[in-house]
Amino acid sequence: MKRWLPVYASAFFAFLHLPLLTLAIFSFNSSRFTHWEGFSLAWYRAIFHDPQILEGTWNSVVIAFWATIFSTVIGTLCAYGLWKRNSRTLTGALYLSLVTPEIVSGIALLALFQWAFRFLHWQLGLYTVVLAHIAFCIAYVVIVVSARLRTISPALEEAALDLGANPWQAFWYVTLPALAPGILAAALLALTVSFDDYVITSMVAGVDSETLPMVIYAMARRGASPVINAISALITVIFGVLILISERVRET
Amino acid sequence: MKLRTWFLLPACLCMAVLFAAPFAIVMAYSFLTRGSFGGIALPWNFENYQRLVDPLYLSILGRSFLMAIGATAACLVLAFPAALFISQAPRHKNLYLQLVMLPFWTSFLVRTYAWIFLLRDTGLFNTALQALGLIHEPLPLLYNNGAVLLGLVYGYLPFMVLPIYATLERLDPSLVEAAADLGARPLTTVFRVVVPLSKPGIVAGSVLVFIPCLGAYLTPDLLGGGRTVLVGNLVQNQFTTARDWPFGSAVSIALMAIVTLLLVIFLRRESEPLA
Repeated sequence: MKRWLPVYASAFFAFLHLPLLTLAIFSFNSSRFTHWEGFSLAWYRAIFHDPQILEGTWNSVVIAFWATIFSTVIGTLCAYGLWKRNSRTLTGALYLSLVTPEIVSGIALLALFQWAFRFLHWQLGLYTVVLAHIAFCIAYVVIVVSARLRTISPALEEAALDLGANPWQAFWYVTLPALAPGILAAALLALTVSFDDYVITSMVAGVDSETLPMVIYAMARRGASPVINAISALITVIFGVLILISERVRET
Repeated sequence: MKLRTWFLLPACLCMAVLFAAPFAIVMAYSFLTRGSFGGIALPWNFENYQRLVDPLYLSILGRSFLMAIGATAACLVLAFPAALFISQAPRHKNLYLQLVMLPFWTSFLVRTYAWIFLLRDTGLFNTALQALGLIHEPLPLLYNNGAVLLGLVYGYLPFMVLPIYATLERLDPSLVEAAADLGARPLTTVFRVVVPLSKPGIVAGSVLVFIPCLGAYLTPDLLGGGRTVLVGNLVQNQFTTARDWPFGSAVSIALMAIVTLLLVIFLRRESEPLA
């Protein structure tokens, strides 16, 4: 047992990491087939010459930016509002939004937008994607910020109130700075979750708002391609760095 | 109103408009009739729910359940020894935990695509096996139930490792020593002492894996290549190709009912499950 467990654990970590690692290695292959022919950056150059990929990336960045800002502010306020006092309806709705199958959220939001457009003559576009992303990012933010709030002593805020601060000042000058690492971690999480989403996005995106995951999906449906390997490697590295930063920040 | 109550307002508004309202609409659609051009029409009726018990759709639901149960079982078997290893590691625990979480936080789409790259006819496995002369024709590894199962297990494995690890961490080591002192062999100790005591983690992990697997859409779509139709694909299909929104809505509501029921049972057992 003592000897086998580390062996098994190595195999387990290999199973988790080797698929992404080989994918990244083959993104540097000069051949478009899965034989190794030589080192090349051709597929990375191809990314920057593909207008669809560039436009998708730009759309994804814009969407993730706004979705992160809104969901972080709303989620942080919500976590603070729920501190030491529970609202079963709101907490229940947040948990439920987290476990709802993505495809169901997607069609439900599509149904909502289609229904609203009967009265407002708008169309699906980037902003419908932003709204959808805000909806599913809030729960993540609330969970991360709430975890941070539990480590903060309520006595700090009570002291501020006793010393004459009004509730807003106590929040702004005392609790919020103490929460900052949690908020930053939550924002980075929201950013990655938003940037990665395909299922909900594909249901509510307009014709002019194709995101990077939608471009990757369309390419993956046609089979593998070294260009996707290259984008995947880039995304994995960027996400990995962001998450490591957020872990570091959360520990402080 | 107190400041804290004001702070809850934006979130309440968002959840009402972007979560509750869409579901109210889907709920309403599920009792309507399909319009002649694909939209919705009157009259109100229960026919969409009656269609759910049609053998065709029951088999899709059954297949989704089997797939989710299979993925959960496979995750449990794979994750338990790994969690045990991490909990017993003398150092670097945090590093191991981050190694478990890191692929999880990278793009789900990319992780699913990685298996297309590995498993397809001209993929790494088939190319390597052919180069070694072990096979002459590529093996049909992709676009079948096995590939979907693999993709689900790969996608949700961290959800199983973390809760099991959390309970193993809290386990009193003297109980394990007592078992050993009383003559139990290591494997006996694991199965008769450690596994029963880590039941809360096993239950939590199983729920966290089972729920997303049951409603999975992307994995069966990409790795099943349209051949493995699960309930998530059925919903998508009704809203796009089939253009039968009322029936798609009824399937969604049924799926949500199952997921909600599981969540409620789980929350009753545990006080703080996801935090």
